[in-house]
Amino acid sequence: MSILVNNRTKVVVQGLSGSQGRFHAARMKEYGTNIVAGVVPGKGGTEIDDTPVFDTMMEAVRKTGANASIVYVPPAFAADAVMEAVDANLDLCVCITEGIPVKDMLKVKRMMKTGTSRTMLIGPNCPGVITPGECKMGIMPGEIHTPGTVGIISKSGTLTYEAVKQVSSFGFGQSTCIGIGGDPIIGLKYIDLLEMFEYDAQTEAVVLIGEIGGQAEVKAGEWIKQNFSKPVVSFIAGQTAPKGKRMGHAGAIISGGEDTALAKMEALTKCGVHVVHSPADIGKKVAEVLGK
Amino acid sequence: MYLHEFQAKGLLRSYGVPVPDGGVASTASDALRVAKSLKGEKWVIKAQVHAGGRGKAGGVKVVSAFSEVYDVATQMLGMKIVTKQTGDEGKIVRRILVEKATDIKKEIYLSFLVDRDSEQHMIIASSEGGVEIEEVAKNNPTAIVKEHISPVLGLGLFMGRKIAKKMGLDSALLNKFADVASRLYQCFVDHDAMMLEINPLVVTGDNDIVCLDAKMTVDENALFRHPKIEEMKDYGELEPQEVRASIFDLSYVSMEGNIGCMVNGAGLAMATMDIIKSFGGQPANFLDVGGGADVNKVREAFKIILTDPKVKVIFVNIFGGIVRCDLIAQGVLKAAEEVPGDRHIVVRLDGTHVKEGRQILDEGAHKNGLSIVTGDTMADAAEKAVQLAQDSKPVKKTKAG
Repeated sequence: MSILVNNRTKVVVQGLSGSQGRFHAARMKEYGTNIVAGVVPGKGGTEIDDTPVFDTMMEAVRKTGANASIVYVPPAFAADAVMEAVDANLDLCVCITEGIPVKDMLKVKRMMKTGTSRTMLIGPNCPGVITPGECKMGIMPGEIHTPGTVGIISKSGTLTYEAVKQVSSFGFGQSTCIGIGGDPIIGLKYIDLLEMFEYDAQTEAVVLIGEIGGQAEVKAGEWIKQNFSKPVVSFIAGQTAPKGKRMGHAGAIISGGEDTALAKMEALTKCGVHVVHSPADIGKKVAEVLGK
Repeated sequence: MYLHEFQAKGLLRSYGVPVPDGGVASTASDALRVAKSLKGEKWVIKAQVHAGGRGKAGGVKVVSAFSEVYDVATQMLGMKIVTKQTGDEGKIVRRILVEKATDIKKEIYLSFLVDRDSEQHMIIASSEGGVEIEEVAKNNPTAIVKEHISPVLGLGLFMGRKIAKKMGLDSALLNKFADVASRLYQCFVDHDAMMLEINPLVVTGDNDIVCLDAKMTVDENALFRHPKIEEMKDYGELEPQEVRASIFDLSYVSMEGNIGCMVNGAGLAMATMDIIKSFGGQPANFLDVGGGADVNKVREAFKIILTDPKVKVIFVNIFGGIVRCDLIAQGVLKAAEEVPGDRHIVVRLDGTHVKEGRQILDEGAHKNGLSIVTGDTMADAAEKAVQLAQDSKPVKKTKAG
């Protein structure tokens, strides 16, 4: 088992004609992801690298039975693409696009909350989701992942790869790895995913990687304390970050006193999470808590 | 992106929000001209810098004679404002806002922001205006009123009246307050603002409502649809390296230490700074080269890092996903040629095309006689970087062979 995606996931690529979309669709196919269609408004009826292209998501779903989509559409139109996926009632939409205006995301979330669609969103501004050996929906290097028992949830892209590599080097594979994105307004959050990992028999431990800004990690800690039965290892990036300066991610800015790395680390520790101070200790800690 | 007070007030004025009459000046004689055109007997002179807490730092002065306008303007222009938000280096005042003074009866706090929890906009109001809202939140939390606003529905007048009532404003002021709040929100939402803070919003002696201050930040990601706002960007408020970095689409923040960092990805970049610290070193900067890093970007990143004279070691930490290690390696070799001999370079590569990358780096360094230290893991490389930075003796590059 795993969460969110597996070898039965049928994927539509939104924005398949763009350079990013085309490049990563090819990488995903190489990995074994079942890509069944592309959606590019105005290019319906054509093919890109043997993948059929449709004008609308509705058509793509009807003709191919797709149940998930990945968005590589440029920022100005990306929120609209996500809304199209939500409107088509897919199971999952992964939005890779970086630089979507926050106001657009507020509208997307409003639609998701008030409508009847079941679609879950990952991202935006994220590396995507991967269930090693089964399905890669994203831009992560597939080859560093191995199937296994550790779930990984992270706001960051490359720092997630770092964690995956470390976990693998200690002999542990991953059940599913999710980059939730570094923007202030995102789809699935830590708690949504922890809940799925709790019920996933394959997952024995979870690595939770956070960063400065917002309250998401602290809330996750409180939830873990009450509801999560598996060990959680955590690293919070930005211990050295100065207040008031945005650290790359739109969400990574220390605004109040409660959203510093140290405050988050303390809160998580109090909730029974195994917090590491150095990013180099993530793999070691996982090995330690799994007792192998 | 931060807007200056005078820029934000200009936007507010165009939405029919009452703000004091005034004008911006960059010389003392300009300031005098503005004051004369405003008429009246009392004026406020306000330093236009991107930092809160100006008042306490001498950046806001009330004057009551034209001679004083001239003198205060002369003194304020060019002065350095140091507040909690500017750090020790402070901000130089290059422009001042000259406004007609307002007769203040009551001060109110009002702000709009993006609330991550509810995923909606939020209005925060307090009858205890004119002081830092963090203080009010600590000492008298019940004096703060919060309401969510849906960007789809907007701020209804009824909500404005409700907030005014909760703050304990006079009945006679409810409609006026609601009107101003609704206009402020419209301006906020139309410009994709992330934050709009009016502190204070005042009730005047004539029972009018006026915005005395305005702090506004706009979503950088939305600037593509606000060309006029983008033109307002004041590069003079950024450090020169930050300006250079923004031109090349790099994300750079300077810090106090002596180990310059070049990393791909914001999370890994922060983690790199953290690991340097955990080994007892100090990072000189945050620098994310992003997903599209190529030879030129790496060279540019090195140049930006090296403009900081404190930097003794450049630490390159790349985990290739979209970014290919072989391209980074080529970039590092090119950039290394321009690095002075007394600075060290430590490189850690992993991920996509790592074998090719490491090979290119080893061979290139040997061929060109460059001393480049490599590390297999992030910890290994970070430890080496810290060691080299602590080694005070400058090491000269030696020609190989």
